[in-house]
Order: sequence, then C-alpha cells, then structure tokens
Amino acid sequence: MKRSRVPLYTTIAVLVFFYLPVLVLVINSFNASRFSSGWEGFTLEWYRKLWGAREIWHALRNTLIVATVATTVSTVLGTTAAFALHRYTDRLQRLHYLLIYTPLVIPEILMGMSLLLFFVAIGFELGLTTIILSHVTFSMSYVTMTVLGRLQDFDWSLIEAAQDLGADWWTTIRRVLLPLLAPLSIDDFVITFFVAGPGSTTLPVRIYSMIKHGQPPLINALSTLLLVVTFATVWLSQRLMGDKR
Amino acid sequence: MAEFLEFENVHKHYGRVRAVDGVSLSIRRGEFFSLLGPSGCGKTTLLRILAGFERPDQGRVFLDGQDITELPPHKRKVNTIFQNYALFPHLTVRQNIGFGLKIEGIDKATIEREVDAMLALIQMEDQAGKYPDQVSGGQKQRVAIARALIKKPDVLLLDEPLAALDLKLRQKMLIELDLIHDEVGITFVYVTHDQGEAMSLSDRIAVMNHGKVEQLGSPTEIYEAPRSSFVAAFIGDTNFFEGTVDEMVGPDYSRLAIDGFPDVVVFNDKQLKTGDLIYLSVRPEKIRISRDRPEQGAHSNVVPAHVEDVVYLGSHTKYWARVQDYRIAVYQQHNRFLLDEQPIRWGEDVFIRWHADDGFMLERYSESDERLMGTPPEEVGEADNGGESAATGSRGA
Repeated sequence: MKRSRVPLYTTIAVLVFFYLPVLVLVINSFNASRFSSGWEGFTLEWYRKLWGAREIWHALRNTLIVATVATTVSTVLGTTAAFALHRYTDRLQRLHYLLIYTPLVIPEILMGMSLLLFFVAIGFELGLTTIILSHVTFSMSYVTMTVLGRLQDFDWSLIEAAQDLGADWWTTIRRVLLPLLAPLSIDDFVITFFVAGPGSTTLPVRIYSMIKHGQPPLINALSTLLLVVTFATVWLSQRLMGDKR
Repeated sequence: MAEFLEFENVHKHYGRVRAVDGVSLSIRRGEFFSLLGPSGCGKTTLLRILAGFERPDQGRVFLDGQDITELPPHKRKVNTIFQNYALFPHLTVRQNIGFGLKIEGIDKATIEREVDAMLALIQMEDQAGKYPDQVSGGQKQRVAIARALIKKPDVLLLDEPLAALDLKLRQKMLIELDLIHDEVGITFVYVTHDQGEAMSLSDRIAVMNHGKVEQLGSPTEIYEAPRSSFVAAFIGDTNFFEGTVDEMVGPDYSRLAIDGFPDVVVFNDKQLKTGDLIYLSVRPEKIRISRDRPEQGAHSNVVPAHVEDVVYLGSHTKYWARVQDYRIAVYQQHNRFLLDEQPIRWGEDVFIRWHADDGFMLERYSESDERLMGTPPEEVGEADNGGESAATGSRGA
C-alpha cells in the first residue's frame, strides 16, 4: 500500500508558516539595503554596528540576569508547589491549585498592571528586582503545571523500592528522584528561560524602541543572533535528554 | 518472642475502613508463608506494615526478637519484590542489582563480585548492561529478586509477584521461586489472591478476609479442613449443607437431619450436641456418582439424585446433581477410558455417595461466601439477577 503523503504536506505547510518570516528576517540581516525593500548586496555592516551598540549589550545583560534568576526561582518554587499539590488533596491544596492556575488564564496586561500598582502602592522601587518578581509570578504557574503533569506519571513504588533497599530520604532523593526528574526539570528550565526572557524585559523594550527609531537592520541582525542561540540551546538540551533514555 | 517473625494484634484503619483488623501471626524462620485472600482483605497492608511503608495504628511487629514496629523501611533487614517490580529505569540491570550494596557504601570490587554471583543465580550474565525496559517481563522479575536478595535480608516479601506475567511464564516462575527459596533458605512472605500459587508454594498459608485471618495452616489443612465457609469456598470448590444434629453415633460420629436427605452421617470432631444447627462442607471430588445404588457402609452416605448438567473437562467430568433444594457439584476422575461404557447423561437418576469423614463441619458460615465459587446459573438469565439461588447447594428458590 502506498504511504499517505498527508503528513509530508502538513509538515511542509507548518514549516513554511512558521519559518518563512524568520528566513526573510535572517536574509535581510545581511542585506545592504537600509529599509529591506530589495536586495542590494551582502554586508556584515549591521553586525558590526550591533557590536558597537553599547545600550543593546546593557539591555541584553539585564535580560540575562532577569531570565536566569526568575527561571531558577520559579523552577524551584514551582516544583515544590507541584509536589505539594500532588501529594496532598485536601481543601487547602484545592485552593492552592486554583490560585496557581489563575495566572495562566488572566490576561497578562492585567497581571502587569496590578503588579505595577502593587509595587507603587507599597513604595517598592521599580527596577530589576520588580521585573524578576513579576516574572516569577508568571512562570511559576507554568512550571507547577508541567511538573505536576509529569509527577502524575511518576512511579512512586520506585521511591519505596529505594527505601526498601536501604536508602534514607536524602539518598532516595539524590539517587532516584533527582536522576529521574532532572531531565524534565532541565527541560522546564530551558522553556521557562525563553518564556521569561523575551516576554517583556529590557532587551525587548530596547528592540521596541529601536523599531520606533527606525533601525530595522540592527534588529534583524540582533534577532538572527538570538535565533542562533535559541536553536543551539534547545538542540543541546534535547541531546542531553536523549542520552538519558 | 518465641517465633522468628511475629505480628501482635495489629490494626490499621484508613478512615472508616479497617484494612487490618487485629491480626496476630507467627511466622517461622525459613518458612515459605503466604497471605492469601481476595482484594481488599488486608494482605497487602499487612505486607506493607512488615516492610515499614505503613505504621500500624495499634499492635507490634517483632523480627528475630526485635520490635521493628517503628523502624523505617531502610533500617529493616527485610526486602520487597514489588508487584510491578519497581526497577530503576535510569539504571542498568547490573546497577539495579548493585543498588542496595552501593548505598551501604561497600567497595566497588565487592559489589561487582556479589552482583556477578546474583546474575549467575538468575542466569542473566549476558543481560547485565541492559536497561529494565530492554528486558522481558520474566527477566524484570528475576532482576527484582536478585536486587532484593543481594541485601541478604532476613525476610523476603513478595507482593503478587507473578500477577503481571502470562500463564506459561507464571508457571515457570512458580518453579523458579520455589528453587530460589530452597537455595537461599530465608523466610519468604508471599502475598497473593491466587489460591493455586499459594497452595503450590507455601509451607503454611494464612487465609485473610475483611482484615482478619480466617484460618492458618498448611495447604492440606486449609483445603481438607476449612473452618469457615469463606475458606471452603475461596480455596477450591465445595458444597454447603445446612442441618441439625439428630443423634450421636458412637463417640465420633453424628447423624444429621438435612432437608430432603436421608440421614447423613458425619464425623463430629466439634463435640456438637443433639439439636445443634450445623453447616457442612463436602468437596465435589469427594463425592462419587453412579447409576446403580452402591452398598451403604456404616459411615457412608448414599443419596438418590437427578443429574441436571454434565460438563466434560477431559481429566474429569463435572456433574450437577439435584437433591430437593440442593444443586450438588460432583467431580468424577476418569481413570480409564472404556469404549463400551455408557457415560452418565443429563436427566438421569443416579446415586451420589460420600464418606462420613469427607463431610466437614464449619465453625462459621456466611451465605454470601457461596458467591465466591464459580457456579453457573440454574436458569437462563438468572445470572443477571444476581440471585442467591445461583450458588452451589444453597437452599434454592
């Protein structure tokens, strides 16, 4: 019997839909034309200019700080919350679940506004700290939900087996729980990092203002670099997890 | 503490459910001991209490004279074979088996040597580098056994270890388990709902129901001398009769009055008096069936009956014989095949006969236990009603 070609066509359609704009962007980052209206020859001029744009590097540094701290904090908090939600099912935990779940469905602008009003009201100085805190509130729910989903598939008799074979709590966590949950935690970390990253921080704000001030070629170059880093990280984490199995 | 392993009045409740309801048990050193019962009878909870995963609400557990009730699982010289094996998926077969020793901090060379010995015992030397999901169900089972035995436990606990295997493999593993028990010589505590497994492996069996031990004894004792209707019906098939003691016949026998039966003689070891209500259990294979009236000895019972159903099962034939309100199951072994023999057919009038010693008086009887036996409905559609008359030998509608 002939194999169906539908999967092939859908794959191509999806790839075109997703990556054609990206491809255009990448090509334009090497375009000598200032307004990307037509191909005017190959150039690395924009990358050279980008290298010299100090305000961009500053913004990138802020972004990296925010993303790293926010991701670490929300991974730890979210995983802990997931454990509590998985282990206990009393009324308190049902409320807990509701409260964790809500930020996922509340419009982000609303969350942002209320956070801003809150920080202003209590007189908290706006800055990197408030940005980090805001990101944790967003991404923690996400981490909790994903970890919770995977905990439901986790075979808890493995924990008992470890204890049965002489492992105390700490050894069980170190030798069984962490090795089995770590790959998925790394995975969550990577995803959260990117969700937290270009969401609303300084680098995106910088990019936004660059668009306003009409520097599209620089944005193209910057976006291409970001793409490369993103792909590399995802590929690397996939490789690491692939070895685990 | 006289015995090696001792449960002393152990209780465990989950909310309102009494999972274990006052169990006292003694298990001997080196014994193959089974906890047998239907699901929810408390056997697994008792095993988990022994492993240390559950703490009893009341009562104590002693191992080799030491009170281990409060001891956490990792400090007990007890290891478990889990129902789903619970092999660590991120470790190889070799690492799984060596896990317990590695945690103890034993040096690498010793671990290697011990693991090699275990791999030889389970005949999986060539599979050592594989991961659990790369080996078969039976092999997983063997790895789980090796992983537990390498710790040289005082007691090995087995929680329905064969339930996940198919029939052929189960029979093979049954023999292997027996061999392993002979070889290592430690105490095995085996939890199962399968009477066949328990009967073929165990030195002694505790039959459990509703959180209590119904009866404790060797497989033969439990089968031949069930004390309650639950034990009689859960292990093998049987027929129940209800009657009253009519008169004493000598010091050991009594004559019973059972509705629709001529006098029935029964071995009376329970010191029952005239007029007492009793319940009798007679195993189907203890009853003979014949066309001609057999000679009646002083201690045999002969009852005219009507054959309602015949099921030929190769090694034996199962008859359903009607006597008044009772539908009696009879198994007849085929000793030899005679071409000219006229087999007993459906609808024939026959005689059934059993020896007084084969009727066993029950100490406890509950009508609901009759449902434990796989008895066919008497009429089409009756199975849907779930009527009580569907049970063997019960006093029908």
